[in-house]
Amino acid sequence: MLKDITIGQFFPGESVIHKLDPRVKIVLTFAFIVIIFFVKTYVGYGLIFAYIALAVRLSKVPMRYIVRGLKPLLFIIVLTFFINVFFTPGNKVLFRVWAFKFTQEGLNQGIFMTLRLALLVVGTSLLTLTTSPISLTDGIERLLQPLRVIKFPAHELAMMMTIALRFIPTLLEETDKIMKAQMARGADFESGNLFQRAKALVPLLVPLFISAFRRADELAMAMESRCYRGGQNRTRMKILKATKRDYVAVAVTVLLIAAILLDSYVL
Amino acid sequence: MEPIIRLQDVQFEYLSFEGEEIAALNGVTLDIQKGEFVVIIGHNGSGKSTLAKHLNALLRPSSGVVWIKGMDTRDEDKLWEIRQTAGMVFQNPDNQLVATIVEEDVAFGPENLGLPPEEIRRRVNEALKAVGMEEYAQAAPHYLSGGQKQRVAIAGILAMKPEIIVLDEPTAMLDPVGRREVMETVKYLNRHEGITVVHITHYMEEAVDADRVIVMEQGKIVLQGTPRQVFSQVEVLKEIGLDVPQVTELAYRLKAEGLDIPLDVLKVEEMVEAICRL
Repeated sequence: MLKDITIGQFFPGESVIHKLDPRVKIVLTFAFIVIIFFVKTYVGYGLIFAYIALAVRLSKVPMRYIVRGLKPLLFIIVLTFFINVFFTPGNKVLFRVWAFKFTQEGLNQGIFMTLRLALLVVGTSLLTLTTSPISLTDGIERLLQPLRVIKFPAHELAMMMTIALRFIPTLLEETDKIMKAQMARGADFESGNLFQRAKALVPLLVPLFISAFRRADELAMAMESRCYRGGQNRTRMKILKATKRDYVAVAVTVLLIAAILLDSYVL
Repeated sequence: MEPIIRLQDVQFEYLSFEGEEIAALNGVTLDIQKGEFVVIIGHNGSGKSTLAKHLNALLRPSSGVVWIKGMDTRDEDKLWEIRQTAGMVFQNPDNQLVATIVEEDVAFGPENLGLPPEEIRRRVNEALKAVGMEEYAQAAPHYLSGGQKQRVAIAGILAMKPEIIVLDEPTAMLDPVGRREVMETVKYLNRHEGITVVHITHYMEEAVDADRVIVMEQGKIVLQGTPRQVFSQVEVLKEIGLDVPQVTELAYRLKAEGLDIPLDVLKVEEMVEAICRL
């Protein structure tokens, strides 16, 4: 049923990784993404691989969920590999095929780029797999809080995300209802070419939009009557608190970053 | 005692789509005492919803005054206090839940009031318990039935510790089971928590247990009194196109046929008794 659709790809669980403070997870993921692009040696990649493997292991998310995230990118990853192999200038020619030459540098570059892309995807999907959309929104709101000084609407942004998450299932259900109502009156959403099918959706979108606006209006009124007046003076029931495990996660990541920088730039 | 809700000659006009001025409320004067259970009936366009929105300062009178616990709704400074005192539950359960988790939604009101986290937690638990939804604290709203969603909405209001709850046709979109759930919750809150209830509906059966029934028509109060007094006026109600509870209707017809049955019968048991006495 449409109702059961999951938003994002959250994999519910009680693991250490799940329980990390969402703020910490977001920051660490960003640090991870950045550091991937600083790695220049195979040892460095080994370290990163060990780090992410440990995180996946601890999260108890089944391997197939992680692999599933990589599948759609397979083509891009393979393409990147070959482009880098063929077009990286270098001297140590391994062998030639027609006008192309395989060089040691090209091969290294190709493998590095492939690893980077794959690690990037795995790292970010681990974040969304282990963090529910709500705590993700919560984390983002709190991380952006300091930007309020420059009038950045952190609270409003988070509110919009929450409402969107709340109404996706409701609107999907409604789409289903309208579709069935129109099918009962002979509408055809399934045959014809892409263009015809897109056109058939117009009569579906119009009532959906109208109802979405009506809902928005009613929701705004309900929120107002519940004393909502923006983020000012608003408190929260759940307070994010960094615990010991968050400090450990940060420490491990800092160590990893230090080791990689040492390995790639000093040694 | 000072009534908790006071309306004095309230008029409310709005501009229609064609630019015409339409009077939705046409001189409504009304006092509601603390702890009262008032049901307002009337059909679409009778002004009952407009009246409800005045009690929460979502609308302000064009002329006349509305006092909620002594606070004039035209007073901008008192706006949030009024909204906290008179909570409002709307018709569509889907369009009044904000958060993706039940307990987060109940916390929405108290969060807006700027209460400390421990206090919010305490109130959320209490409110969910009062409406019998504590098992669903972690559920997502779209998995709940209509009646359950409406109870969550009521809990969301309760968590703000209001003295009045205004319910604007909260049962209109529910099935009979959901309707019963909501009505039982509302009655419980009125009896056990002493909350003043203003319940707007077009189901006559829901008015039977009220302390007072108010009938509205064309922006005016045309009839009010205890359910017995109001529903015994079958002719008046019929004239403005409203129904009476089924049992009352039956009594009316039996009486018309010459049987000696009182007209103020509201419940099946009373009817049974009346017939047995014949």
